[in-house]
Amino acid sequence: MVFLTRRYRFSAAHRLHNEALGPAANSRLYGKCNNPYGHGHNYSVEVTVCGPIDAATGMLIDLGLLDRIVEQEILDRFDHTHLNLDVPSFKGRVPTTENLCVEIFNLLRDKLDAKNGSARLEKVRLEETNSNFFEYLGPSPSPVEGAACEKR
Amino acid sequence: MIYLTRRAEFSASHYYHNPDFSAEENRRIFGKCNNPHGHGHNYTLEVTVAGEVDGTTGMVLDLKDLKAVLENEVLGIMDHRFLNKEVPVFATKIPTTENIAVEIWKLLAPKLPAGKLHRIRLYETQDLFVDYYGE
Repeated sequence: MVFLTRRYRFSAAHRLHNEALGPAANSRLYGKCNNPYGHGHNYSVEVTVCGPIDAATGMLIDLGLLDRIVEQEILDRFDHTHLNLDVPSFKGRVPTTENLCVEIFNLLRDKLDAKNGSARLEKVRLEETNSNFFEYLGPSPSPVEGAACEKR
Repeated sequence: MIYLTRRAEFSASHYYHNPDFSAEENRRIFGKCNNPHGHGHNYTLEVTVAGEVDGTTGMVLDLKDLKAVLENEVLGIMDHRFLNKEVPVFATKIPTTENIAVEIWKLLAPKLPAGKLHRIRLYETQDLFVDYYGE
């Protein structure tokens, strides 16, 4: 069992704003991130897959296939967009990096599970800046039990 | 429990080829990596050991010892080598980053105190790395 991680980058704009809250509450909660014109980040996303090494190829996963899936599902969808305005799944949902991390995991998991023999999505790690990053291992209440592969 | 990681770098060349595949299959599956003359990477290896802090020394493991094991077992045989042709295990096993990480574990584990080796992380590039925990 090995874990393989590949990093990709995209840039996007967003605004943290909850329609259910008033202007003062939004401003208090989100601070500068509530600026109505939005702001942007260079996101770095690390995709970790896990599974056994294929004896014939020496590989866990065809990296070209992984690149194509990430390109189609993530980069084409999010790169150089305004997440609130251009991405339907963030209509009515605040595009925090937490929510974006979960969204990316869910988008990739289904495609990877469908297209790969034994490789499974293990983790998505999303960096919003050099100082902030978020990790998601799936929906289980316990990451240890819920991970696709046995965790350390 | 404390986790200690030491980083080392080595440079090596390799190519991906399975003699059981046809030439066309090798090209299709491995792409540019199938070039028989090889290509190279600057690998970054992170070796993590885990253990309790020794009450006398304040250390999990003597870093000098870990450095020497890394030098002798990994860097000495892989640095500035053509992995397929110069490292015997890769004469029959494709030196993918996955396989190199597993082989490095096998080389290091017997030379370190039992149970201390926790993880091998091997970067092929800044944007691609493999983790192996020994099983």
